[in-house]
Amino acid sequence: MKSMWQRAGVMGAVWAASQSALADYAYNLQEPASQVAREVFHLHNLIMLVCVGIFIIVFGMMFYSLIKHRKSVGHKAAHFHENTTVEIIWTIIPFIILVGMAYPAAKVVIEMKDTSNPDMTVKITGYQWKWGYDYLNEGVHFYSTLATPREQIDGTAAKDEHYLLEVDDPMVVPVGKRVRLLITANDVIHSWWVPAFGVKQDGIPGFIRDSWFKADKIGTYRGQCAELCGKDHGFMPIVVKVVSEEDYKAWVAKKKGSAQAAAADNTKTFDVKELVERGEKVYQANCAACHQANGTGLPGVFPAMNGSKVATGPIAAHINIVVHGGRPGTAMVGFADRLSDAEIAAVVTYERNAWDNKMGDAAQPADIAAARGGAAVAAAPAAQ
Amino acid sequence: MSDAAHAHDDHGHHAHPTGIMRWLTTTNHKDIGSLYLWFSLIMLFTAGSMALLIRSELFEPGMQLMHPDFFNQLTTMHGLIMIFGVIMPAFTGFANWQVPLMIGAPDMAFPRMNNWSFWLLPVAGIMLLGSFWLPGGAVAGGWTMYPPLFIQGGVSYDLTILAVHIMGLSSIMGSINIITTILNMRAPGLTLMKMPMFVWTWLITAYLLIATMPVLAGAVTMLLTDRNFGTHFFNAAGGGDPVMFQHIFWFFGHPEVYILILPAFGIVSQIIPTFSRKPLFGYASMVYATASIAILSFTVWAHHMFAVGMPVAAQLFFMFSTMLIAVPTGVKVFNWVATMWKGSLTFETPMLFAIAFVCLFTIGGFSGLVLAMAPVDIQLQDTYYVVAHFHYVLVSGALFSIFAGIYYWLPKWTGHMYNETLGKTHFWLSVIGMNIVFFPMHFLGLAGMPRRIPDYALQFTEFNQIATVGAFIFGFSQLIFLVLVLKTIKGGAKASDQVWEGAQGLEWTVPSPAPYHTFETAPVVK
Repeated sequence: MKSMWQRAGVMGAVWAASQSALADYAYNLQEPASQVAREVFHLHNLIMLVCVGIFIIVFGMMFYSLIKHRKSVGHKAAHFHENTTVEIIWTIIPFIILVGMAYPAAKVVIEMKDTSNPDMTVKITGYQWKWGYDYLNEGVHFYSTLATPREQIDGTAAKDEHYLLEVDDPMVVPVGKRVRLLITANDVIHSWWVPAFGVKQDGIPGFIRDSWFKADKIGTYRGQCAELCGKDHGFMPIVVKVVSEEDYKAWVAKKKGSAQAAAADNTKTFDVKELVERGEKVYQANCAACHQANGTGLPGVFPAMNGSKVATGPIAAHINIVVHGGRPGTAMVGFADRLSDAEIAAVVTYERNAWDNKMGDAAQPADIAAARGGAAVAAAPAAQ
Repeated sequence: MSDAAHAHDDHGHHAHPTGIMRWLTTTNHKDIGSLYLWFSLIMLFTAGSMALLIRSELFEPGMQLMHPDFFNQLTTMHGLIMIFGVIMPAFTGFANWQVPLMIGAPDMAFPRMNNWSFWLLPVAGIMLLGSFWLPGGAVAGGWTMYPPLFIQGGVSYDLTILAVHIMGLSSIMGSINIITTILNMRAPGLTLMKMPMFVWTWLITAYLLIATMPVLAGAVTMLLTDRNFGTHFFNAAGGGDPVMFQHIFWFFGHPEVYILILPAFGIVSQIIPTFSRKPLFGYASMVYATASIAILSFTVWAHHMFAVGMPVAAQLFFMFSTMLIAVPTGVKVFNWVATMWKGSLTFETPMLFAIAFVCLFTIGGFSGLVLAMAPVDIQLQDTYYVVAHFHYVLVSGALFSIFAGIYYWLPKWTGHMYNETLGKTHFWLSVIGMNIVFFPMHFLGLAGMPRRIPDYALQFTEFNQIATVGAFIFGFSQLIFLVLVLKTIKGGAKASDQVWEGAQGLEWTVPSPAPYHTFETAPVVK
């Protein structure tokens, strides 16, 4: 028995050495950055210790038997086949261990579920395939999309440090504040997950669920969508920047300023060239995931834009699909609530003039405002 | 005995058809058992190839081999086929071969229904696999079929729903057959509490199947009508609830997990006493433990859904009930170890797989306990930790028990001993390969890698590469198994009737190979 322990010690040392030599091999949960995540971390360590302990005892017995009680060393089989006392003992002992584990776990469940007394509230909406953030107290609203360039995914460019875990517009929260999250989704079920905060909550279309976190320290925390939500499920990361109270206020002010500038755009008239330039960016961020950057779509799944009947047909019908969505049950949802009038005008114009579609016509923000009509309300997420 | 079988064949009241018609029309439990097992083996290689494609794409970050949508099709079909096309048919194959032989019955209670239950399966299999060639490809919404994602897909989604219906029908008919056979056709003197453990576990499994398959059928029917007939069972805009699907699905899904593992417990409980040369320890408590696992399995379903956001009370209830399952499961593991204790052990291939089963299944059990803790599950739900957990339970659990069972009974079925060297090579490569694939996945999940993603962040690269290497070792070593089975059918050392020195039970009293008809006069059990 003693030599077995020595061997286990040596293996443990080798393991520890390899861990420090190769930083990328992580063997435990991510470093927690909130009280709840820290409690989960310790709870997991506790359960692991108990499990490893039981494993060593039970399988120590088994391997002892495998070595000592083999026929080849001349061991003769005993004939016992039951022992009520032993059987009762090994039913009761695990039960007691489980009760001992259930108690701390229940405490953490209750703490996790207590979303009362928040300092601020953010509504998070999952879309195929991006996240929308609404700061209900501040009136700030924006979308957060994967920022990793296509070339890195296709392997034609070197991958940077935060490959697939970077977004164009991260969520920003002040440090040390209780942030209540109202989580929902627009199309299919998504799941908002930031491991460092110990928050994973499914966004369910038509329902709002809540969760909360209070970040301990300033920094950038990354997570991903955790519920299969279709083709680009692996490509909708979450980035949360935890900043000081002053930085947070400055960020809110900046967000409000850019929202005003965007609103001003909605009353302007643009020429085709301006619209196409701007529309290309909107298309890459919102449309290319399905219809592809080169407009070819995916045969049988997502229709092509290049040469499509919609993009080369009457412009009013084209606008209508982008604003209100395509055939019910398809992944084509309306963008009425996601894009501004100017953005929709730009993307429609781009689709009509990009690739082989040389329509030469343009949609203006005013056309989009007209197309929204009363139906824009119906196209908004049911969860509002 | 063999003379009696011969005499029966010579009756000639209906000549046996030959060739393909023999297999299409057979009502013989041994033929049907073989059909189930061959179907399962073919599906194992099919769904296994999908796993290798998945692992190849995941060998390094970036999209190299396929489009994300095809990746999702592969993960979905891999899951559906492994569960409904490999594990379940393999266990039903064992039930067909072994239940009549172990209880001294001449055949299954409803031989024609038995034929029908099998031949539904290839139809469902073709519908599932064929959908790869339909517009839009096969289903890509995950084997759990969650709406609203599952509502979005094309025609293959409807086809998959129909295939699930057909497989459910097959399972229900198979279960009715097994229950009726066990309850009515046991040899005189073979009381319930004298039945071999394998028969007990299948009796309980069959009840689970009858109880849960209609639930699954209901859930997928609602999906079908939501997709095609404008109902809104799972659409909030029409007054439905997407989460309701998950409740109904997992009310089926959790007992299903035990459907996939209880027969494995049964097989292992036959093998360990044989090679320990000592009776199974705590037979009665094994039966009660199996029954309590089955009953508890109906009260734990929402532990698959801790992240949907349930009230505190529900979260706590499902956490406690899930943890409770560890008690009867622990009893089983202790009993297996106690059976080996002070035995006279030998390590033929069936025993090796059985020991690996006890050890590795327990690792899956422990990770299950970790996942049962609701707060920890919040971190691990839908990550590779869960992938590691259920592969420990289903690969080193269910699949290894199937290998163990094949090695154990193959001499009885074919009349030849298998090649022990090949068997042991298959065992060691499988057990090592399996651990290289799935052990690192625990770390990936803890570090935060979600499951069902075709591409991943750079910090997950190393463990993914290790897993992919392991997958190829594990996958290709199954070819050894195929060669071994084919060789054993063709020839090999003659197997005695007893086959294994320590084997107990009625199946070892008939000749090897077991004649086409056995126990036409019931044996008497004292």
